[in-house]
Amino acid sequence: MSTIEIEEVTVRLPTADEDLLVLDRTSLRLTERRVALIGPNGSGKSTLARLLNGLVTATTGRVVVDGLDVAKQGREVRRRVGFAFTDPAAQLVMPTAVEDVALSLRRLHKDKRERQRAALAVLDAYGLTGLGDRSVHSLSGGQRQLLALAGVLATDPSILVADEPTTLLDLGNSRRIADLLFSLEQQLVLVTHDLDLAARCDRALLVHDGRVVFDGPADEAVATYRAMA
Amino acid sequence: MSGALLGSYQPGGTWLHRLPASAKLWGLLVLGVVVVAVRGPVSTMLFLAGALGLVAWSGAGLRLFLGALRGILVVVVLLGAYQAWQHGWPRAVESVGDLVALVLLATVLTVTTRIDEVLDAITRGLHPFARLGVDPEKVALAFSLMLRAIPTTIEIADQTRDAAVARGLQRSLRARLTPVVIRVVAHARATGDALHARGIGDDA
Amino acid sequence: MSTHSPRRSTGTDIALIAGFAALIAICAILPSIKLAGPVPITLQTFGVLLTGAVLGPRRGFLAVMLYLAVGAAGLPVFADGRSGFGVFSGPSVGYLVGFPLAAALCGFIVTRLPRKAIQTNVPLIFAAGLVSSALFIHVLGMAGLVWRADVTWAGAFDIDKVFWIGDIIKNVAMALVATAVHRAFPDLLHRRPAPQPESVSTA
Repeated sequence: MSTIEIEEVTVRLPTADEDLLVLDRTSLRLTERRVALIGPNGSGKSTLARLLNGLVTATTGRVVVDGLDVAKQGREVRRRVGFAFTDPAAQLVMPTAVEDVALSLRRLHKDKRERQRAALAVLDAYGLTGLGDRSVHSLSGGQRQLLALAGVLATDPSILVADEPTTLLDLGNSRRIADLLFSLEQQLVLVTHDLDLAARCDRALLVHDGRVVFDGPADEAVATYRAMA
Repeated sequence: MSGALLGSYQPGGTWLHRLPASAKLWGLLVLGVVVVAVRGPVSTMLFLAGALGLVAWSGAGLRLFLGALRGILVVVVLLGAYQAWQHGWPRAVESVGDLVALVLLATVLTVTTRIDEVLDAITRGLHPFARLGVDPEKVALAFSLMLRAIPTTIEIADQTRDAAVARGLQRSLRARLTPVVIRVVAHARATGDALHARGIGDDA
Repeated sequence: MSTHSPRRSTGTDIALIAGFAALIAICAILPSIKLAGPVPITLQTFGVLLTGAVLGPRRGFLAVMLYLAVGAAGLPVFADGRSGFGVFSGPSVGYLVGFPLAAALCGFIVTRLPRKAIQTNVPLIFAAGLVSSALFIHVLGMAGLVWRADVTWAGAFDIDKVFWIGDIIKNVAMALVATAVHRAFPDLLHRRPAPQPESVSTA
């Protein structure tokens, strides 16, 4: 497992009038295989997740993944840390499914035809066989999220950060994506509002008003959150 | 609506179809200069005959070409009448014939060449400009992103129209346009984040 | 392009350029609206000038170029669903050539305005759009008519002035929308390192 270290990190967001404190002097060390981040909307849990691959930069403090400083060695960190977004429509950037996976693979396979073949193999592996030439736009919500995850996992990152990956999905698709996430070899950092999902993790952090207010076993964190709400 | 965005490419196996897109682009460019540069109604008729020959060869059916010509129909009629009145018939034949020949030639290219082949050819054509700071990889990415963004934007526009109608604002251009543009920006930023997360800004 | 922030990256710039190129395409192919008399107007030039006003001169110019390139390649994204190089050999070529230059000029003027004006001053943005459109779209459009349709400048002027009323309406709409977008995203033109709030919604 990888080691994620967050050292005294504060994130301030400049707005029109004054800076908004999004995350307040937070320090964490994450080594568990599956870590859940839970908490109300706007609590700072997404910001915390986005710090891990440099989508958000710390105003003060340091984020280190496997000894690599995210601020200084962003490129190396992003090769290690895959990121899945809530809305796959924003994440899928190419017109067709196979092209989108091929985009992820462009560094692994320089040859265009070889890349195409590898991308088709990835689609097969994630149960998207036969959808390669389909417009990304014409896929169902579940297929889109599956494709988005396939695109991220195609490069075999050692950590997957997923920001509410099931929020937009129906019950069946949500279960399918969850089962995929929990079957992965990768270390998983999961931001979620689905408390059943959070309870299946090895550790959970409850984030509230820019602070981690509970950190411990997932079932206890979930119970605390329920009591709070 | 996105179905209408397939373009007018017609699959086929003619020599015109197999010719590389870059060769056809160059050919069109050269012919465009030649047709305009060579004066006189006789040469115009020759160009027109040649263009019609290519149209027949492309095997794509006349309807597509008539559709392309319909776009310039009004201009052709007005232009022909004006030239015949001002300068006589030979000049009218030349102006109208040159215009029709060029539009036909350009349509032959469109009909026999897939859009992605043309875009690939343009991207490759940009390689010599790499020294001037043009990055062909980024241009190719921008082409793909735009093709992807069209159906997304249509969806956004549809949803926004529905929302405006639901609130009784269907006649307000502002209520229908502003949210579309704001969501286009938000979506582009989310896409930028996704590109960044997938290490694509890092290539530079 | 230099940017101090690792966040507002090349990726975001390319995505914005592509997103606005697509927006112009949608504006051009939407059914035309009959607002001012018999001449139907499309939102094509609205899209072009808005792109300049929202993205600034460089990204605005590139977005319009991208739109033209994709249209030339055969995607039917020009007005009336036309496409291909045929459009560039037709008499409306001058208008098309004027588009990227008008977007660049509009963006250039807007970036020179104070931040507050960009967010609220509709008349100033309207003026920027009108000047850019007059200088590049109309002048080059008429030049194209003179060149390709063999009419005199006076004849071209008579054709061109049919579009003026629509143009004014479109520039008013452009200014209203552009200021609203800059209020929603104050850092679109004035960039500074900014982490993103988690509440930014993705369409």
